[in-house]
Amino acid sequence: MLHYIGKRLLHLIPVLLGMTFVVFLIIRAIPGDPAQVILGQQATEQAMAALRAKLGLDNPWYVQYFEYLKGLLTGDLGESLRTAQAISSEVWPYLAATFELAIFAMILAVIIGMNAGIISAWFQNSWFDYVAMIIALIGVSMPIFWLGLLEQWVFSINLGWLPTSGREEVRDPINAITNFYLIDTLIQGRFDQFVVAIKHLILPGIALATIPTAIIARMTRSSMLEVMRSDYVRTARAKGQKMFIVIYKHALKNALIPVLTVIGLQLGMLLGGAILTETIFSWPGIGRYIYEAIGYRDYPVIQSGILIVAFIFVMINLIVDILYTVIDSRIKYN
Amino acid sequence: MKNKFWSLGFLLVLVISVLAACGSDSSSTETKSGDGESKEKEQVLVFGRGADSVSLDAAAVTDGESIKVTQNIFETLLNFSEGDTTVQPGLAKEWTVSEDGLTYTFTLEEGIKFHDDTDFNAEAVVKNFERWSAGAEDEFYYYNSMFKAEGKNIIAKVEAPDEKTVVFTLARPQAPFLKNIAMALFGIASPTAFEAAGDKFGDNPVGTGPFKFVEWKRNNSITLEKNENYWKEGLPKLDKVIFRSIPDNSARLNDLVSGAIDLADGINPSDGLQIENNADLQLIERPSMNIGYLGLTVTRAPFDNKLVRQAVNHAIDKQAIVDAFYDGRADVAINPMPSSISGYNDEVKDYDYNPEKAKELLAAAGYDGKEIELWAMPVPRPYMPDGAKVAEVIQKNLADVGMKSKIVTYEWATYLEKAQNGEADAFMLGWTGDNGDPDNFLYTLLDRDTIGSNNYSFYDNPEVHKLLIDAQSEVDEAKRIDLYKQAQVIIKDDAPWVPLAHSTPLLGASKSVTGYAPHPTGSESLENVSMQ
Repeated sequence: MLHYIGKRLLHLIPVLLGMTFVVFLIIRAIPGDPAQVILGQQATEQAMAALRAKLGLDNPWYVQYFEYLKGLLTGDLGESLRTAQAISSEVWPYLAATFELAIFAMILAVIIGMNAGIISAWFQNSWFDYVAMIIALIGVSMPIFWLGLLEQWVFSINLGWLPTSGREEVRDPINAITNFYLIDTLIQGRFDQFVVAIKHLILPGIALATIPTAIIARMTRSSMLEVMRSDYVRTARAKGQKMFIVIYKHALKNALIPVLTVIGLQLGMLLGGAILTETIFSWPGIGRYIYEAIGYRDYPVIQSGILIVAFIFVMINLIVDILYTVIDSRIKYN
Repeated sequence: MKNKFWSLGFLLVLVISVLAACGSDSSSTETKSGDGESKEKEQVLVFGRGADSVSLDAAAVTDGESIKVTQNIFETLLNFSEGDTTVQPGLAKEWTVSEDGLTYTFTLEEGIKFHDDTDFNAEAVVKNFERWSAGAEDEFYYYNSMFKAEGKNIIAKVEAPDEKTVVFTLARPQAPFLKNIAMALFGIASPTAFEAAGDKFGDNPVGTGPFKFVEWKRNNSITLEKNENYWKEGLPKLDKVIFRSIPDNSARLNDLVSGAIDLADGINPSDGLQIENNADLQLIERPSMNIGYLGLTVTRAPFDNKLVRQAVNHAIDKQAIVDAFYDGRADVAINPMPSSISGYNDEVKDYDYNPEKAKELLAAAGYDGKEIELWAMPVPRPYMPDGAKVAEVIQKNLADVGMKSKIVTYEWATYLEKAQNGEADAFMLGWTGDNGDPDNFLYTLLDRDTIGSNNYSFYDNPEVHKLLIDAQSEVDEAKRIDLYKQAQVIIKDDAPWVPLAHSTPLLGASKSVTGYAPHPTGSESLENVSMQ
């Protein structure tokens, strides 16, 4: 097992290296000059040239690329062109904000999606099945941007139950320690702020969870249907086991492998692809951090930001692969 | 595997109980824990805007979102008046100008302290100007742009003969000198603080202003608190100001309606009515100091022909555009700068909307029917709330007179770069003035010197160039105004643009916000604002 993990980690190196190279080339291929964006519309050519020289942007691209790689090897993610802050110190609050939201959304998606899928399979072709699968179809095709605004309109403006946007009540700011606000508020014993932080999570959480919930529900249903036709399920039922136990104990375990794959992929997507949700709900996460960096042609932030997201994505995949062996002891890696 | 089942169940119970807790606890935000229960209610203003600041070092920034904050931390020697750009006393209570326009003597207010408790005095002012003048162009961009020309300093020296007197000696007269000094970018910072902080001063700004910097959560919020030792009696009225970045315009409006923020800028003209009809909100108009225009690149066919450019001016129905997309909250533009700016020539007659005339001019020009590219602005700006839709109207207007056009658009940074390289035929763009001086519109946008930066239409008329350069050093205000008036006549005839509109940027606020006076430059001090 350890051998397998070691091998997989080694495989990461060319993947990530290739990715840095592709990202590096793409962002330089698009027009737009960071010096122009930083100095604004009024800048003169001399000022821009001076700034390019200062930032090393006047070197040939391969020199810039090797400089960047050299930095990476020494653990230096570079410095933001716009804010002149080290990315390694700047990125954590964004990353934590996205993690908190993505994990919250994923918990929602797994609980709702898996149960909806299981019950749909259990009562196949019942009205519940039809309704759940129609909702799932709508969920998959829902434009998140629109859903987010609609949620704000209904739950914040008309009903007044939940806050419209942000992570905290700015008039009573949360003191950041780990930048996971749910944890920070508990550490500081501020249960009132903990509730506020949860409230801020709900609307963006639902918006972000919509697509994964729908995908997980559909995947669970089809996977369950297949397993439930197998012999051992029939045997279990013949033994007189309660249907509930048969499904949640015996069938689910075998149906879980494809579902787990989907969950892993979706979690990876949520971490990098929450830009729309983060924009609508003014959530200061990693997606928006990278997105705004693109607008400003902040090359180091784009490069290192995507590198971090990609790294997390492949790590999640690795963890999913390892989890297979935990769930299903027939799966072994050598 | 029983454990897994139970842990799943436990999680479900946990989530349900949390959700239930939220439902029953809707008043929790009011019952704040902590100290300060006996104090009277804190006056807090939450200001929602479209983007975060870049840096809080006033002199190092060029973006409006940074200036909005620094203007409340730092103060300038002179201030602009509330609704326009005439200069008023600031940190300097009086000033005199020598007859040759080369020496400016300022007398400073006394007894003012920076937020770090060091003294504000003439020496501090000198140190600030020395810092800016020593900095490279990419470091203190605006200082270089306003006070240096062809690499030479316009401010030859700054001296402090005593504690409360500062003397500026200029190398050559600069007509808008006082206006330049009043720009928020030249806020005086604590020398002790910036010497200690070096290039990190922008993270920890120290000035004399009504509010002190407290905290910055990047891409999220910036918090300022009341400067208890502020030198103006009874000000500021607020205890705290929080600037929140909310990038999406609709989401920001939702935040305003739900009460999460008290003041929001960047309100779409089409949302103005919704705010006016809401009993809890007020719609605030910022005085206009901008221009939205359609630029015609004069180096590209068919716009290298003056008659074609004039024809396009006749072809576009500007009033219809203003009515439809600015919701009437804009004036049709005739000149390249708004009428509030001194030197505006109101004798210049606009090209009337006249498709027949346009067709005649196109025929006279020998226009061959070549299809042009029409560039639509990809981002909303106060001077151009909806580029794509305005482009469709212009496309139709042009088609009516026989000019075919294809609408194209690019992501914003790309759009600017390509336009700057002269790759556009006709393009939408705009400008918001920095200091209310005609030079900041006419020279900045249409002089030969600014081709490659802000003169996107590549307009180059030697006569106009001479007028604009002469005006820069003309100290006699009447003569100077006359020079600008002449330039506007020539520019109108050459028609490098179709000036479209001077818009009124909109803000929305809760009814409880009082004393807020939006300034035409786009940022203002919040010292007089209070919450009722």
